[in-house]
Amino acid sequence: MESFLNDWGLSIPTFLPIIGAAVMMLIPKDREQLHKLIALATTVAVAVFGLLLLIQFVDNDNYGALNFVVDKGWIDVIDSRYILGVDGISLPLMLMTMLIVPLCVIYSWNHFPEPHNPKAFLMLILILETGMIGTFAAQDLILFFVFFEVVLLPMYFMIGVWGGENRRYAAIKFFLFTLFGSALMLVSFLALYFLADAGTFDMRLLPEAAAGIAKSSQVWVFGGMFLGFGVKVPIFPFHTWLPDAHTEAPTVGSVILAAVLLKLGTYGFVRIAIPILPEAAAEWAPFIGLLAVIGIIYGALGCLAQRDLKRLVAFSSVAHMGFVMLGISTLTDFGINAAVFGMVAHGLITGMLFFLAGSVKERYHTLDMSRLGGLLVQAPRMGWILGFCAMASLGLPGLAGFWGEFPAILASYNPAEVLAEETFRSYMVIAALGTVLAAGYLLWMLQKTAFGNPREEFANDPNVHDATVSEYLAWAPLLILIVVLGVYPQLLFGATDPAVVNSISECLDSVTSGACFDAAAGK
Amino acid sequence: MLSSLPSIVGFVRPDIDWHAVAPELTLLGVGAVITLLDIVLLERGRAYTSALAGIGLLVALIPIVTLAAAGDTREMFGGAFVVDDFALILKAMFIVVAYIVVLLSTNYIAEGDYWENEYYGLLLASVMGMVLMASARDLVTIFVALELLSIPAYLMAAWRKADPRSNEAGLKYYLMGVFASAIMLYGMSLLFGLAGDTRLSEISATVAQEGSNPVVILGIIFVIVGFAFKVSGFPFHTWAPDTYEGSPTPVTAFLAVASKAAGFVALMQLVYVGFPDAQDIYQPLLWILAVGSMTAGNLIALRQENIVRLMAYSGVSQAGFMLAPLAVAGDIGGEALSAVITYVLIYAAMNLGAFAVIIAVARRTASGEIRSYAGLFKYAPGMTVLMTIFLFSLAGIPPLGGWFAKFAVFRAVLEADTGWGYSLAVIAAVNSVIALFYYAKVARMMWFEDVPEEADTTSLRVPPSLVAALGLTAAATLLFGIYPSVITHFTDGTLIALP
Repeated sequence: MESFLNDWGLSIPTFLPIIGAAVMMLIPKDREQLHKLIALATTVAVAVFGLLLLIQFVDNDNYGALNFVVDKGWIDVIDSRYILGVDGISLPLMLMTMLIVPLCVIYSWNHFPEPHNPKAFLMLILILETGMIGTFAAQDLILFFVFFEVVLLPMYFMIGVWGGENRRYAAIKFFLFTLFGSALMLVSFLALYFLADAGTFDMRLLPEAAAGIAKSSQVWVFGGMFLGFGVKVPIFPFHTWLPDAHTEAPTVGSVILAAVLLKLGTYGFVRIAIPILPEAAAEWAPFIGLLAVIGIIYGALGCLAQRDLKRLVAFSSVAHMGFVMLGISTLTDFGINAAVFGMVAHGLITGMLFFLAGSVKERYHTLDMSRLGGLLVQAPRMGWILGFCAMASLGLPGLAGFWGEFPAILASYNPAEVLAEETFRSYMVIAALGTVLAAGYLLWMLQKTAFGNPREEFANDPNVHDATVSEYLAWAPLLILIVVLGVYPQLLFGATDPAVVNSISECLDSVTSGACFDAAAGK
Repeated sequence: MLSSLPSIVGFVRPDIDWHAVAPELTLLGVGAVITLLDIVLLERGRAYTSALAGIGLLVALIPIVTLAAAGDTREMFGGAFVVDDFALILKAMFIVVAYIVVLLSTNYIAEGDYWENEYYGLLLASVMGMVLMASARDLVTIFVALELLSIPAYLMAAWRKADPRSNEAGLKYYLMGVFASAIMLYGMSLLFGLAGDTRLSEISATVAQEGSNPVVILGIIFVIVGFAFKVSGFPFHTWAPDTYEGSPTPVTAFLAVASKAAGFVALMQLVYVGFPDAQDIYQPLLWILAVGSMTAGNLIALRQENIVRLMAYSGVSQAGFMLAPLAVAGDIGGEALSAVITYVLIYAAMNLGAFAVIIAVARRTASGEIRSYAGLFKYAPGMTVLMTIFLFSLAGIPPLGGWFAKFAVFRAVLEADTGWGYSLAVIAAVNSVIALFYYAKVARMMWFEDVPEEADTTSLRVPPSLVAALGLTAAATLLFGIYPSVITHFTDGTLIALP
């Protein structure tokens, strides 16, 4: 078993969804039940595989290094290789992906959005899953880029075909923004390749190879990556695609978008941009931190201005990703651990909130908060779940959201030595203000939707009922994880910390002393 | 008496390597057989013509494979005709492309009541010109090959005789083609006047010595501009949209892929063999052409309502991408050549695929308007998915083939490590985003819009030859993207034989 997992443990779950999609392609589209079963079986199989990986990963007890490494030739002429591997940073994100996707399939079991067509919808979800898992597993820049882009098309079609009224605009906006970022990101990757002159795209080797690049060039290359990842996160001025995409996307699309796709951007910073170009990162960090806190405040204010529940959750994503970016911009292992935790927590919590928004929309056929109200009366269980998730989202201690926000704020009290303390301490104060605003908009949202009495138009609407079985099934694992991670965060920190220390801190610490430089120059 | 003629005029027959010219001769033979068939069998022969043309093309691949297996570089006529890796790859590509064009044409020509024998005869003649072009290392040979591939194409563009648009297409193409040839010939005559030899290898020596001579500069500029017409680069692209729109669609596919590629083949030979030392002249010129083509082509494509015109402008923009590596060819050498060939090969697969879908859909809608694609996903999901694959491959989205083509271009221009290279890379990156917009416009029409009221939504019937063409191009597009080593295996390394 162990050697099987070492050789195939990552390739199989990465490509299994594509195989499932290929099988579905051959089956006529009116056999809907069969399509659903195949999609469920595939995604559950992937999740089971993820569980096996987790067990073996714990058993290997080598959190800091890459596990299950596969290294095969791919495109020899450009020295790009098929390299997969996971460490403590990528494993939680990958497992979260493997968990969320089957839950999405379960959730949509009986309510496929218009124009229905489960075959195409589920095939797109499966293709998305391959792209997402592959991105977290890839250890070669070009392979990473390819997987990073694979998610674009399915999401574009998911928004464009199954989305709301304004779906065409939202879909193309999402696509163009992301593509713009990733085109420049690719140029950066190539520039890195030539400047490092090591003849490799291997992420494991590049940190050392890139140390010799002149600082001015590093700053430019980092800038390209910043655009590529920053659009995906999204960092403040590039965030405008996000509210549109989220609002128009079908429920499941929003969930996947919020839970996983946004993390591809932050993961890129943690995995690629900072370890490979630490010096440039130090130059950029105050700027990124600034944009992050602007995002926190702007996102929160944006939330307060919304009438649409889904749009509110979308803006809250901007704010939450601001905390993640703030953690990253401190360039300390504490901050980056917090960021990884924040990614997972945001994935679980905001994923849940989008599920809930979808269910509200299905019952009331509107998300306009001025027309909603009394969810606790009409659908008490769902109302309580919404309350629970709002609490988690505002960072209540004891739930997962807290461990994403609080350490990030704490880390900015004491950023890496190269960074100006005063700057980051003022960021800290602003970010802390952001948490107050977060409490404000989430409670306001809760008041508007859950409290009070139902409006007349919905008071006796038989369509408004409590959560159904498929909803419970889809939500329970997320709710449990939110509590478990909140009560026992060490579960996650224990995995991420060795990896963060191993892949990032070593080089970051040496930025100040110049040891990273000397090591490369001495070779 | 005739046997004594050579001794009177002092003619000595040069050595002919029959193996090396076997592909050209095969095509000539098949073309002749098709023409004879028409004379002998008359109407009864019509049914066999397209099959015969297809088989003939596949037979012509055999000597290419055996030449590749032999692996040596062959020269004839004092270096005017060279068979090296470069020539073999491109000959094979031209023949495969022509085979797919035959597949695309089969039903179109048969159902349209056109003359089949002439059509396939001309097609084979044009392909022969292209195959010859890949080996031509001499100004006269290049010119003969160019005319051989162009003149049948002028006729084919006007094949729909009853339609004034097709006449316009043919006439416009002819006039612009002749104009371009004249400019090119003038440039060639300048180069020949100085070098005293038509072989590129000799011209290369002269250019190296007299690089700053205005006559040389003028000659190089004229020759390159002449081919810029052929590859429909900005600002010499104006014929393309009208010609593409008016021509029979299979002919458009042929022009957009094979004819354009032939122009690039000639450009590559000129740049690498003809004037490698004149990089100060050709690099800035090609840089301007590349940037202009990709930007102008894209911007105009944004506003197109007709799918074929959209493909024409997208072709202008794609030509800009193909020109880009040549704009740094002097700085990085053979890598630029590999990048262009990689691009041309992948472009051939995805562009032919897109035209195959256009032909298949037009059988139903009888329209080229992008509007007519509305709701295609509802009644022709397979065709929609294929078109989506081809369009997004053209846009360069991984894991479809086009991404590697674009990647190869980025890699080449960045490798130059010059301001020209970096600026070109950034402009190309921005352009690939703009391009996405109009490709996505078609995709949006197919997937997101509703079917028009009056449309016939029974499922689409696609004839077997089109299915074959779609299958081949889609498989190639996906394979090239997922495992690009299949291409780089051929395009990497020193391809072109330098004297």
